[in-house]
Amino acid sequence: MLPYICRRLLQAVPLLLLVSLAVFLLLHVAPGGPMAAYERRMIGLSPQDLERARKQLGLDDPIHVQYVKWLARVVRGDLGESLMTRRPVRTEILERLPRTFYLMGTAFLVTLALAIPIGLIAAVRQYSLFDHTVTTIAFMGQSIPIYWLGLILILIFYGTLTNPFTGRPLFPPGGMATLGAEFSILDRLWHLVLPVTMLSFSWIAWYSRYLRASMLEVIHQDYVRTARAKGLREQVVILRHAFPNAAIPLVTLMALDLPLLFSGALFTEVIFSWPGMGRLFYDAAERRDYPLLMSIIMITSVLIVLSNLLADVLYAFLDPRIRYQR
Amino acid sequence: MADTQTALAQQLDRPLTGARGYRAEPMWRLVLRRFLMHRLAAASAVLLLLLSLASIFAFLAPHDPATINAAERLQPPSATYWLGTDLLGRDVFSRLLYGGRISLSVGLLSTAVALLIGTTIGALAGYFGGAIDNALMRLVDVFLSFPSLFILIVIGSVLRNSQLAQFRGGLLPLAVIIGLLSWMTVARVVRATFLSLREVEFVEAARALGASDLRIMLLHILPGAVGPIIVQGTLQVAYSILVESGLSYLGFGIQPPTPSWGNMLNDAQRFMTRLPWLAVMPGAMIFLTVLAINYVGDGLRDALDPRSRSTMRQAR
Repeated sequence: MLPYICRRLLQAVPLLLLVSLAVFLLLHVAPGGPMAAYERRMIGLSPQDLERARKQLGLDDPIHVQYVKWLARVVRGDLGESLMTRRPVRTEILERLPRTFYLMGTAFLVTLALAIPIGLIAAVRQYSLFDHTVTTIAFMGQSIPIYWLGLILILIFYGTLTNPFTGRPLFPPGGMATLGAEFSILDRLWHLVLPVTMLSFSWIAWYSRYLRASMLEVIHQDYVRTARAKGLREQVVILRHAFPNAAIPLVTLMALDLPLLFSGALFTEVIFSWPGMGRLFYDAAERRDYPLLMSIIMITSVLIVLSNLLADVLYAFLDPRIRYQR
Repeated sequence: MADTQTALAQQLDRPLTGARGYRAEPMWRLVLRRFLMHRLAAASAVLLLLLSLASIFAFLAPHDPATINAAERLQPPSATYWLGTDLLGRDVFSRLLYGGRISLSVGLLSTAVALLIGTTIGALAGYFGGAIDNALMRLVDVFLSFPSLFILIVIGSVLRNSQLAQFRGGLLPLAVIIGLLSWMTVARVVRATFLSLREVEFVEAARALGASDLRIMLLHILPGAVGPIIVQGTLQVAYSILVESGLSYLGFGIQPPTPSWGNMLNDAQRFMTRLPWLAVMPGAMIFLTVLAINYVGDGLRDALDPRSRSTMRQAR
């Protein structure tokens, strides 16, 4: 397994180089180039100031020299400095990343906790009212624009419904905690409810439908019939014999989808002012803060490559029929 | 003899021809019949037809979508303004019609781009196999590893300050770029069909008759891939519309004053709690359109490829 992982990681290197080159060119060849951020913001700057900024950014070098210099810095872990906050990009990102993982992790757990039982019950009770309802809702969950879902959630749970005891809105419209209040887990959970609902809704739809389909495939196989013929209880047949095999493709799919959660998190963080990576990226794009943009895109690409690898490794681990050739 | 035949024909309610005594149903009728059996898909097709007509005839809208009328801003729905007015006093109903035109155009255009690239790459990879296949599939992997939403946002932030954003809010470059970043599934589907069809007898026969590779690919194999391409294309339209409105919602897609459902949603969210319908309607339009397209795609899959088992079909 280890040589396989190493080979896959090596294969990812040219891929990441290509991504970095594409994004680098995009930001440097674009009208205004990396200086766009300055020229739009700081109208009060003198030509000498702009000239000094150009020098500092190394923009007088030819573009391929700039790229190589940038790459050399990134490989050494120096991601540069944010143009707007003047703080190292690494600090900015390290500050935001845990918050995004916090949001994504919670949404992921909620998704698992709901999608698995829903998919199982829908498969076992095929064609029942429950199954039909789930299928319809799942189809809607795949079609709903999640940013709109977020706005509707705010509209209902912040704008319309109020807490009957305090008379205040049922849920907060954004943020990670009540301003000025001391940290408490209840307050944090209270702030998590709406963003997590928004983020996990379509995932629950996807995965429950997927699990249902793969359960239906497994349930009709001979070994499941054998288990029943042995006189095992239906519960044991479904949970111990059928479910693990049906879950294998689901695990792979989830690992592959991890980076997609990032895109969802971007919308969620923008709508609910959750100060994570997505929000940081959005703000950076608004201000054309290119060191930040480049770094976040590179980190996301690395995560995509890693989760693809994770998917394959998990698949081999869970399904002993899969063997890797050296 | 003739009498028995007529009697039989009347009994079967169709003319008798050929040795077996019936005429084969034309392919398109068969597909249509199977499609109509999927009720939701049929209803969705009607809805989409209405939406397309509404976008084509958007110029019949009661008001001009760009006319600013400061005196009548943020009006509730009334007889003059069927769905009220927005922050600048523009008629929301007319803007929804024009916004639909933009969203559907982006969806169709970017799908055309994705189908063109995806079909070409998938066909070449599947037909020639070997090193070409390997190289092209690597390319697919590269594109699948792009964090596409993030890259689209960066491109959007560059585009919106350029000349390109002047015409129709930057519809054309946006559609092309969405297409460029989403042809990979099409390529995989087409490749699979070409792989399985290139060894069959009629292709071998064509080759024996001296047909060129291009001729075999276009005239003999491609027709066999039309079904999956249509299904994938339909789903692609839905995906593109979601991506476009998402970008426009964030402010990196279609640029104002050109209305799109996404940027209308962006405009509306600031006073959402006061004037909820302004935010509810553009989003509902996106939702309905995407839902309808997805149902149509599902119905088409059932109709065009009866071997594939769609989950929707199992449910009924």
